[in-house]
Parts: sequence; structure tokens; C-alpha cells
Amino acid sequence: MRSARWFQVALFMAAAVAVELAAVYAGKAFLLTQLTMSAYYTLVVIGLSLLMGYAGQISIGHAGFFAIGGYAAAALTTWDLSGRRGGWLVSALGAAGALVSRPDLYGGTVLVVRPWVAFGVAVLLALVIAFAVGIPVLRLKGHYLAMATLGIGTIVYSIALGTGALGAADGISGVPPFPLLGGLQVGGAASIRVANYYIAFGLLALGMLLLLNLVNSRVGRALRAIHGAEEAASAMGVDTARFKLQTFVLSAVLAAVAGVFLTHFNGGVGPSEASIMKSVKYVAIVAVGGMGSLWGTLTTSLVLNFLSLRGYFGTFDDAVFGLILIAVMLFAPSGILALSFRRSLEPVLGRLRTAPKPATREGEAGDPDSMPYRLEEKPSEDGR
Amino acid sequence: MLGELLLQYLVAGLTYGTIYAVVGMGFNIIYNATGIINFAQGEFVMLGGMTAVSLHQVLPLPLAILGAVAVTMAIGALIEMAFIRWLAAPSVLRMIIITIGVSIVVREAALLVWGQQVRALPYFTGNEVTSISMGGARVSPQVLWAVGTTALMVALVTAFFRWASWGRQMRACASNRVAASLCGLPTRNLVTLAFVLSAGMGALAGCVVSPITYTQYGIGTGLAIKGFTVAILGGLGNSLASVAAGLVFGILESFSVSVLPTAYKDVVTIAVLLAILFVRPSGLFGAREASRP
Amino acid sequence: MALLEVSALSKRFGGVQAVSSVSLQVQQGMIKAIIGPNGAGKTTLFNMISGFVPPDAGAIRFEGEAIQGSPPHRVAARGLSRTFQHIRLFAHMTALENVMVGRHLRSRTGFLEGMVRLPWTRREDEEVRERSLELMDFLGIAGLAEAEATSLAYGQQRAVELARALASEPRMVLLDEPAAGLNMRETTELAKLITRIRQRGVTVLLVEHDMSLVMRISDEVAVLSYGEKIADADPRSVQRDEQVIRVYLGEEEC
Repeated sequence: MRSARWFQVALFMAAAVAVELAAVYAGKAFLLTQLTMSAYYTLVVIGLSLLMGYAGQISIGHAGFFAIGGYAAAALTTWDLSGRRGGWLVSALGAAGALVSRPDLYGGTVLVVRPWVAFGVAVLLALVIAFAVGIPVLRLKGHYLAMATLGIGTIVYSIALGTGALGAADGISGVPPFPLLGGLQVGGAASIRVANYYIAFGLLALGMLLLLNLVNSRVGRALRAIHGAEEAASAMGVDTARFKLQTFVLSAVLAAVAGVFLTHFNGGVGPSEASIMKSVKYVAIVAVGGMGSLWGTLTTSLVLNFLSLRGYFGTFDDAVFGLILIAVMLFAPSGILALSFRRSLEPVLGRLRTAPKPATREGEAGDPDSMPYRLEEKPSEDGR
Repeated sequence: MLGELLLQYLVAGLTYGTIYAVVGMGFNIIYNATGIINFAQGEFVMLGGMTAVSLHQVLPLPLAILGAVAVTMAIGALIEMAFIRWLAAPSVLRMIIITIGVSIVVREAALLVWGQQVRALPYFTGNEVTSISMGGARVSPQVLWAVGTTALMVALVTAFFRWASWGRQMRACASNRVAASLCGLPTRNLVTLAFVLSAGMGALAGCVVSPITYTQYGIGTGLAIKGFTVAILGGLGNSLASVAAGLVFGILESFSVSVLPTAYKDVVTIAVLLAILFVRPSGLFGAREASRP
Repeated sequence: MALLEVSALSKRFGGVQAVSSVSLQVQQGMIKAIIGPNGAGKTTLFNMISGFVPPDAGAIRFEGEAIQGSPPHRVAARGLSRTFQHIRLFAHMTALENVMVGRHLRSRTGFLEGMVRLPWTRREDEEVRERSLELMDFLGIAGLAEAEATSLAYGQQRAVELARALASEPRMVLLDEPAAGLNMRETTELAKLITRIRQRGVTVLLVEHDMSLVMRISDEVAVLSYGEKIADADPRSVQRDEQVIRVYLGEEEC
């Protein structure tokens, strides 16, 4: 079982290598840039897939966490602290080795936070915010949860857009490269393009491995149980609230990490990374790729993001994702890759059925504490 | 001086509040009939205003507005028939994602048709500098048009639900769809009617405030979020309460600009939404159902 | 001291008093049944004991400790497990995986360990798997391990749900209409299973409509009607109780 996972990841890396070699050989090395970006967006998406597909919680605000990571890293590595050298905070940070002097774009020198420290802060910030927000939000259900997450994403967007120190509408630019180990750097220079491609895909592979492990563990089973029949899971001793929260936080951290890396790669970040449309795109991709299918979601994400970044959808980019969302939800709510002929007929078949099947009924007719029966009776088992 | 300023804020708040009230009411009508939160609600407002502006180029204003309302109603019906009608027992979540997708598509289509330009209908009476003196402040007659039209709509819709045969049928359908259809009510058409009604209301509101607030292809999303907040504030399902909530919310938003930088206006309004959802999702007047115990 | 002690438990839903000051006791090692016409409040009682519905009044003591108002996962952690009237197996998971979830309380792997898969995590997973298979074997369904749980026959699903409920090694298990939807042969099998469960030292409290099953395997029977307890004794005495007969007038009691 374990070896199957390693094998899958190895296969994935092999494919990544093949694509890189092909691109370079065909003289189209510039494609690697969009592929690298796609890989980082995909990191966000697989985290979201865990949340939506396994824990069964929707989040239409995940771009917010990406932006939190990106902006934190960008701000900390570009805000010049040299004017505050005398202050206690700056001295303390300096003494701790958290600061570094580097040249800026205009020939001067700035005192900024080290990228590694900024990374740590960014991830911590996302973690704390996800916890703080997750506790009340995850108690909501259905459309309330959707709206709440939408609202949170919009708050992040508004703050990014409206705060001068964060560059307002222009965002933050001039973000320096992020030196990893042994001379490797996360940055956008053409000379390190190939290396960055592998950093991105390596990070993605690592993320996949961790999530695949998780999904096949006690936690993964518990999450699938929560998604399958939450009350029964609870009766088996699964602390559903805690698990949902932890999943939410994990997916937020993944998004933030992706945000940090992509910001260093792009050399900047803007408020559009936190927009509702971005969040909706993530959701659309998870929906298409199959909620709960990590590899399916990964493939879909790489393809769709790449096409979108290459401008394949032109000005209709947003519309395309909107249509994808509608189409998937209408015809294949379990995801296109999980599509079966019978499932696609479900909407039509459903009309011919007169009574709901008793085996899938959750909550008793007389129990007011179970979900209220509106016109749609009970959400069908796979109508997440 | 201060009193005048406060009054100005109040008036601005009321103006926007009427849109929010109408959007909130539209949410509730559809929610009551179907249990769905129609995220595309905000687009109806946008479509009303934009269509009216276009029609006004060839038609006199009253006809342009009528035409815009009719067109938007047709679109509302189309949306219902294309995406909602034939789904059997969909989950709430699936529906909200679909309506989000629909709102995106409508918005992008509007962008295609009208571009990014901001447009506005002309003032119904007078122009942008005409003002009536009320209680020491200058109030544009358009504001009175807005408030008046909204009040009329609310009254008509309430009367419709209480006394008109179709209105009562819709209430039956909302209360228990299966029973209603067993009684021979044309439930599917009643749902379409709900959409048509919400679309029409939204469109009219969009027309009437357009001179003041302007219209643009992208205003729908923000309105949807605020409209939802208002619907929740009043208690989901309670149409009348959402009207009161809409006005309160509009005024709140208006005053928040005086305290915080305008850029953070959205932050405040969403904070309100979150506060309601976390603390009292049943709203001020509604029944509990948003969160689990 | 009784293993489970319910004292004056009440619950009202809107205008309906679903359960009205019901008290009962379940002794360790016993099989006790709760019967009553539809709407008598049996499942509400179960839902209160297992933590799904908070009682309006009254107390529930399990092994001497108060558990009323505790959320379901805490009740389960105390050693009280349950099954559901309409089978709630986890969809898209195999029968074995369903039972393995039942062992959630007997394992510790969390998020971080799960992602990194330390050696002790792998060992724990193996152990959970083995014990779950053992349990399925005990209930005679080991062969169904790799089948998708919801694709099994109804009677088999029941057995899987039972195995799942037992996987946490509970002191007591609540069975909510376990015979619902089973034919005569399957019901006989079920009776055997329940007796074997008791032999393993697990106390059983069940809600049932099937009188033959109830009378055959129960040590004690409590009768509810309109939310009130009207009888609580051994099966034979309950069968002859006048009030009980009246309440079941028009229905087959035995």
C-alpha cells in the first residue's frame, strides 16, 4: 500500500522531468514559467480538495489564505526597516539574526526581514488566522458556510486593496528571491528557470505525498467518515469539529506556503490573488477534478491553470470557469473524473423516483434537530 | 452643519438601503419557494439598470424601464428553467455553487455586451443638482423616487402573497412542496414565478437608483453579498424583516464611511455578516437553523 | 450499581412531549429491550442517551458518571456505542474501512503523524486492521471486508454496522431497531449475534419492533407509550401486562 503511493509520486516526478526536457528541447523553455506557477496554484487546490472532498466543507475564500502568505512574505522582505534601527523591535530582530541588508532596485540598501523568517511568519500568520476563523465558521453549514468563507476571502481582498502599506491596487513588487538550501533560489530570473520548475514540482510532490499519507491513515478514514455520515462518525468517537478545523487549517497553511513561494517566484503579489474569482476558480477545479480524488484534482489543476495562464481562454477566462462550475455541478457533482454514465443521468432519473430511498436518509422525520426538510428532502449522498 | 452632514449620510444610507432591501427580499422570495440561496440575485439589479440605459437610447424613459424589467424577468425565468428546474433533490451546497457560476456567466456576458463603462439612467425628475430641502438637508428627488418605488414594491409583493391566488399558492409551495403538488398546485411553475418576481423587483430597483449610484457590469457580486447579509439579518425567509434590515444596513454602511477609510467599507459590511452568522444566524426575527448545536 | 442509569429524562419538541420523565436501569451484562408503538419516544430516548439530543430534564449516568448533555463523541469515548435505525455506513469506503473507523477511539494517529507516517503509526494501522478483521470474523462477515459497504445486502450491512459499533470495545452498545428490514432468517442470525455479543461481556440495550426477537433474547423489557414508561420487567410479565396489551391493541404483540 505504501509502496503504491511512493510509486505514484515517483511517476509524477518522472512525468514532470519529461515535460521539462521536452519543453527545453523544443525551444519553448518559457513555458516552464507558467508550469511553475501552475504547480504552486495546484498546491492550493489539493489542500482545498482535502477540505472539500474529504472533510466535506466548502471554502469559497481560500484565495485569501494564499494572499495572506504571499503578502506577509512580500511585505516583510520589502519593508525597509533601516529607519527604525534604534527601535527595540528592530534591534531585537537584528540580534536574533532575522534581518538582512540587501540592495534594492534603486541602488540603495534596505534592511529587511530574512526570507526564511518571513516564510515562517507568513505560515504562522495563516495558521493563526485559519484557527481563529475556522472555529466559528465551521459550525455553520451549507450556504451559511459558503457565504462566510466568501466573506472572509473578500475581507482579505478589501484589506489588500485598501491598505497603502500593502501597495493598495498595485500590490507589492520588488520582492527578492528566496534562497533555499545550497544555492537554490526561488526567483523569477530566466537563468534559474529550470531549477525553479523543479523546486515547484518538488514542493508539489512533497505536498501530495503528505496528503496521500494522511488520507490513507486514521485521519483520512475519519474525514471520509465525517463526509459519509457525520452523525455516525460522531457516534464512533470522532471529534468532528476538531477534525474539520484541523483540515481547514492544514489546507490554509498549504495555500499560504504556495503564496509565499509564488510571490518570491513572481517577484511580487497583488490584490487579485485574493479575489473572489480566484477562490471560485479553485473551487471549480476541485469540482472538476473530483472532490476526494487528489491525483484527479492535481491533473485538472495543472492543465486548467496552465491554459488559463497562457491566455488560452482569452478575455473569457472568468466566464469559462463559471461555465465549468455550472456544468460540473449540474451533470457530475462528484467530479468529472468520477463520472459514470448512471451518475450523469441522475438528475433525470431522480425525477422519476417518487420517494427518497430509506437507506440513505439522515435524520428522522420527527427530529427537529436534524436538517430541516425544504423542497429538496435530504441532500443525496454524493451531492456534496 | 453637523446635523446636515448626518442627514446626508442618512439619506445616502437610505438610498443604498433600498437596493439592499429589495435584493434581500428577492433572496427571501426565492429561498422561500425553493430553499436555494440565489447568488445571481445581484445580477438582476445590474441587468435592470444596464438594459434600461440601452433601451433608453431608443425608447422614452418609462418604456425603457418597463422594457428592462420585462427583459430581466425573462432572464430570471430562463435561469430557473435552464439550471434549477430539472434538478431533482439537489443539495443546498450544489445549488449555491451553481448560482455562483450563473452569476459569473451573467456578469461576463454583461461585460461583453456593455463593456467596463459605468452607465447611469438620467434622473427621473430634474437632474443631479436638483434638490428638495427636507429638514435642513438637500435631498435629491431621485431618492424619493427610490424610497417610494421600493415601498410600493414591498406593499404590492406583500399584498400579492397575502391575497392573490398565485401568491397564496406560492406560500403553500414554500411551506410544503410535496403536499402542494399533491394538491394539484403547479409547483414547478410557481418556482419560476418566484424567480421572475425576484428578477423584476431587482431590475426595477436597479433602474430607480441608477442615476445616483451608477451601474456597471460588476456591481452584482457585491450586491449579492450585501443582499444576503440583509436577508440573514432579518432572518432568512422573512421578507418584510429583510426590508427593515436593508435600510438599517444601508445606513450603517453609510455611517461607517465617516469613521473608517472608504477602502475598508466592505470590510465593515462583511464583518457584520460574519458577526450575524456566528452569533445569531437566525437574524433579528427568524428561526434558528444555520448552525449545528 | 447499574451500568446505565436513566433518571426522569424528559424531552419536548415544540408542542410534543416526546419523552416524559422516563427512568430505567440497565445492569451490566444484560440484554434489555425498549419497545412501544411508533412515536412512543424510543429513538428520542436513544438519541438522548447517545448524546445527539440534549434532554430538557433528567440525568443519565453511565458507570456512575453523568453523561447527559455530552456530545456524541464524548459519550462514545466513555464506552457507549450505538447503531442507527436507518443504517448509516460510510459511503465510498469498504466494509473493513467502516469497521476500522469504529476503532478510532483505540488509536492515536493525528494529522502530523498521519502525514509523515512514522513507524509507530504504521504499526498502529496494522493493529487496527487486524483487530477489525478479527471482529468481522467473530460476526461471520470477514469475507465482506473489501466490498464497498453500501453495496452489500441489507442484512450484511447491518452486520457491518454492528462490527463497527463493537470495534471501539465498548462496555455497552445501543442498537436502534437492528432487525428493521431483515427477513426471518436474517433476524434469527441477528439474535444469535446479539447473544454472542453479550457473551463477550458487552451489555446491550436495544429498541425493537420485532416482538419475537425481543421476547427471545431480552432479559428485561421496558415499554414506552406516548413518551412514558408503562412497564419494565422480564419478557413474560410484560407480555401479560394489561396496559401493554391495551397499548398494542390492534397490533400483533407476539
